[in-house]
Amino acid sequence: MSIKNNFEPLIIVFCCQWCSYAGGDMAGTSHLVYPANVRVIRVPCSGRVSPNLVLRAFQRGADAVLIAGCHPGDCHYISGNNLAYRRFHLFGSFLEFIGIEPERFGFHWISASEGPKFARIMTETTETIRSLGPNLKLRGQR
Amino acid sequence: MKKRIGVFVCSCGSDISSAVEIDAVTAASRRMPGVVYAGDYIYWCSKSGQQMIIDTIKGERLDRMVVASCSPRLHEGTFMKTAASAGMNPYLVEIANIREHCSWVHKDKKEATVKAIALIRAAAAKVARNQELIPFEIPVVPRALVIGGGIAGIQSALDIAEAGYQVDLLERSPSIGGRMAQLETIFPEMDCPARILTPKMLEISSHPDITLYTYTEIEKVTGNVGNFDVTLRLKARSVLIEKCTGCGLCWEKCPVNVESEFDEGLCSRKAIYIPFPQAVPNVSVIDRASCRWFRQGDCAACKKACPPGAVDFNQRDEFLEKNYGVIITATGFDLFKPDTLSQFGCAKHPDMITGLEFERLVNTSGPTAGRLIRPSNGQVPRKVVFIHCVGYHDEKERKSFCSRICCMSSAKHALLFKERYPQTEAYLFYENLCSSGKGFEKFHRRVVEDYGAQYVRGAVSKIKPEGGKLLVHGVDSLNGQELKIEADMVVLAAALIPRSDSLELARLLGIGTDGNGFFSEAHTLLRPVETHKAGIFLAGACQGPKDIAEAVTQASAAASKAIGLLSYDILVSDPCVSQVNSSHCSGCLSCLHVCPYGAISEKIIEERVRGIVFRRLVAEVNEILCRGCGSCTVSCRPGAISLKGWTDEQLIAEVDAICL
Ligand SMILES: Cc1cc2nc3c(=O)[nH]c(=O)nc-3n(C[C@H](O)[C@H](O)[C@H](O)COP(=O)(O)OP(=O)(O)OC[C@H]3O[C@@H](n4cnc5c(N)ncnc54)[C@H](O)[C@@H]3O)c2cc1C
Ligand code: FES
Repeated sequence: MSIKNNFEPLIIVFCCQWCSYAGGDMAGTSHLVYPANVRVIRVPCSGRVSPNLVLRAFQRGADAVLIAGCHPGDCHYISGNNLAYRRFHLFGSFLEFIGIEPERFGFHWISASEGPKFARIMTETTETIRSLGPNLKLRGQR
Repeated sequence: MKKRIGVFVCSCGSDISSAVEIDAVTAASRRMPGVVYAGDYIYWCSKSGQQMIIDTIKGERLDRMVVASCSPRLHEGTFMKTAASAGMNPYLVEIANIREHCSWVHKDKKEATVKAIALIRAAAAKVARNQELIPFEIPVVPRALVIGGGIAGIQSALDIAEAGYQVDLLERSPSIGGRMAQLETIFPEMDCPARILTPKMLEISSHPDITLYTYTEIEKVTGNVGNFDVTLRLKARSVLIEKCTGCGLCWEKCPVNVESEFDEGLCSRKAIYIPFPQAVPNVSVIDRASCRWFRQGDCAACKKACPPGAVDFNQRDEFLEKNYGVIITATGFDLFKPDTLSQFGCAKHPDMITGLEFERLVNTSGPTAGRLIRPSNGQVPRKVVFIHCVGYHDEKERKSFCSRICCMSSAKHALLFKERYPQTEAYLFYENLCSSGKGFEKFHRRVVEDYGAQYVRGAVSKIKPEGGKLLVHGVDSLNGQELKIEADMVVLAAALIPRSDSLELARLLGIGTDGNGFFSEAHTLLRPVETHKAGIFLAGACQGPKDIAEAVTQASAAASKAIGLLSYDILVSDPCVSQVNSSHCSGCLSCLHVCPYGAISEKIIEERVRGIVFRRLVAEVNEILCRGCGSCTVSCRPGAISLKGWTDEQLIAEVDAICL
C-alpha cells in the first residue's frame, strides 16, 4: 500500500455486543454503505476495552481506533460504559499529549437502533483519517 | 497440541456471494494458521448445512471452528448447538460477521473480499485461543417472594400460586390492599374496589400455596437467582394473629386517638386498630408509638376487653430466614405532598385537599360516610376546582415524569362530585390531557358532556383564601382570558412519586433506580419487568406511575417471568465470567470497586513459601453473581483477572490478526 498517493486507512472499532455491535448490524440490514476500511471487534461491553488493546491496534498499524458502547444509562451491565468513558477520556488526553492526533481516537455512544449513526461515524472517520494520513508514530511493523 | 480449526464460509443465498468472492475467501481461509479445513455452502444454517458441519467436524477431526456468515446475534446459538451435537464444546465456535458488517454495507467487491478475509482471520486467531467452557448449574428453590401487597403484588402472588408454586407475600403495613383499597371507585368503568379487590384479598388469605406475612419488612437479602437468602422481620403486632377474631371490642375501649393513615388523616383511629373493615388479615394491631401501655404503662383497656385474650404486650419482633428462587418487587408509590405556598402562594388550607383525600371523603365507608364536605366547615361545596399535574415537572424537586393517572383521576373526581351534587360547578385546570388508555377519551367526554364539568386549559397562578372561600386565579391559555373562581374546595391531583424508602430497598435488593427514584427495569423496551439483577422482577407502580390495569398487566408479566424460572430444577448460567488468578492477585481490590454486581469480594489465602506459611488478601469472584462485563479485567493492576471467553490473549490475537 503506497502511503502517499492512495492511502486507505485502517480503522478498528471496538463495539459492545449489546448496543453498538447491533447498531452495526442495523446499518447492515438497512444496507447503508460505508467504507470497507472499518473493521469491528466485538467485546461484551465497552467497559471490557482496555487501553492496552487500543495501543496494540495502533502499534499493529491501525490509523484510527474507535470505541462504541451503549448510551449513558443503557449499558447492559449498568455502568460499564461510564467506566469506559472515564477511562478513555483520560486515555484520549494521554494520546494527544504524546503526540497522537486526537482525530485518531474516538468514543461514541451508538444504540442498537442507530444504524444510520453507525454508518455516518464510520464514513466520517474514514474521510477524516484519509486526509490526515497514516499513523506513523505508533505503528510497528505492519 | 496443534489446533484443528475448520472454517465454514456461507454464501447466504447470494446475500454474501454477491458482494464477496466466496472462492477467494475460502482459499485464503485455508491458509490461515491452524486451519485444516475451509469450505463454502449456500446456507450453513439450514438443516442440511448443519448436518454437513457435524459430518465435517467428525470427518476432519476439527477441534474448533469459525463460521463466516451473518451476525452472531442471529446464528451464534444455532452453530454452538451444531458444534455440541458433533461433540465439540460450544464455546470453541466463533462467528465472522461477513454479511451485516461486510457484504451488505460495502459496494466494491474487491474491498469487501479483503475485509471478509480479515474478519475471518481475526475469528480464527481468537478461536485458536478459546477454552472449553462449561456452564454452571444453580439449583432453584421453588418458592417466590413477593414484596408489597398492593394490587400488583396480590396479582403476582395469585398467578404464581395458581401455577403451582409456593409464594410468600410480604406486606409492610398491617393489611394488604395497597392504595387501591383506599379508592372509592375505579376509572374507567367506575368499579367498586370492595367488589373487585376484596375477593382477591380473601383469595390470598385462603390460598394453600400462599403464605401471607403482614406487618413484615425485609431485613437482609443475600444470594442470587435460584437461591436468595432473605431475612424477614415480623414486627411485633402485640396481638396474636391466631387468637384475634377481629371483633373490635379492643378498639372500642382504647382511649387513644390517632390520625388514621388509611383515611389520609381526615379522621382518627385508635392506638389498637384494624386499618379498614375489609382488611386482610382482619386482625388488630397495636401502634406502639401511640399506645398508652407502651408510652406510660398505665393502661391495659384492650387487653382486659379482648374475649379470646389475643393482646400480648410482650411480643417481640421476630426474624425469619427463608430461601427463594425469585423475588418480585411490588412496593407501589407515594403521593407528592404539594407545597402550596411555593406553588400557589398560600399556606395549606383545610379545603385544599389531595386526590386521595377526596377519595376518602366521598367513600361510603370513609370518615363522612360518603358525604363530600368541606373540612373547614362541614358544608357541601358548591364550586370545586380540580388542578391536574401538581408536582409534575417540578424543577426544584426534579420530577420530570407524567403521573399517568392524574388526568383520569381528576375526571373521575369531577364525575363523582357532579353525579352526587348536580347543582354544582366543577372546573378542571389542565395543561396537557393524558388519556391514552382504553376508553379514557370517551370518559373525559362523558364528564364534560353528560356531567357539565368545565375544562380549562391553563395554569393556576395563585390561590387566596378570602371570606371563607378559596379565590383561584388562573389563565385560560386557549383564549388568554384571566379567570377568577370563588371555589369552596380545591382538589390537587398530586404526582405519584417513588416510595420514600425506595432507595434503601433498592440497596437491600441490589437493584437500580432511575433518575426519579423508581426502580429501573433492565431494558425499557425489551425487558420491562426484569431488573438488572437476575431473578428479581418488578410489578406495579414501584417501577413508575401506573393505573390499575397497567399495574396488573405488569404483575402478571412479572409472575410469568418468575414462573419461567421456577419451572427449572436447575438453572444453567453463562460460563463467560471473570476469574481471579490468585497467585498474581496483589489484593489491591480495584476490581471490587468497579464491579456493578457486587460479585467480587475479598478472601484470605494461605501460601507456603519455603516452608513458611503466609496469609494474603486476594480478590474472589462469585461466578453466579458475575454477569461477564469485563470491567474488572481492565481495572486489575497485576492483570490477575480474566474474563472467560474474552481474555486479553484472545482479544489481542484478534487485534493482531485483523490489522494484518
Ligand atoms: C387519588 C388516586 C386515584 C386513583 N384512581 C385510580 C382509578 O380510578 N383507576 C385506576 O386504574 N388507578 C387509579 N389510581 C392508581 C392506583 O392507585 C395504582 O395503579 C395502584 O394502586 C398501583 O398498585 P401497586 O400495587 O403497584 O402499588 P400500591 O397500591 O402502592 O401497593 C404497594 C404495597 O406495597 C407495600 N409496601 C411498600 N413498601 C414496602 C416495603 N418496603 N416492604 C413491604 N411492603 C411494602 C405498601 O404498604 C402497599 O400495600 C389512583 C391513584 C391515586 C393516587
Ligand atoms: S453493554 Fe454496551 S456499553 Fe456496556
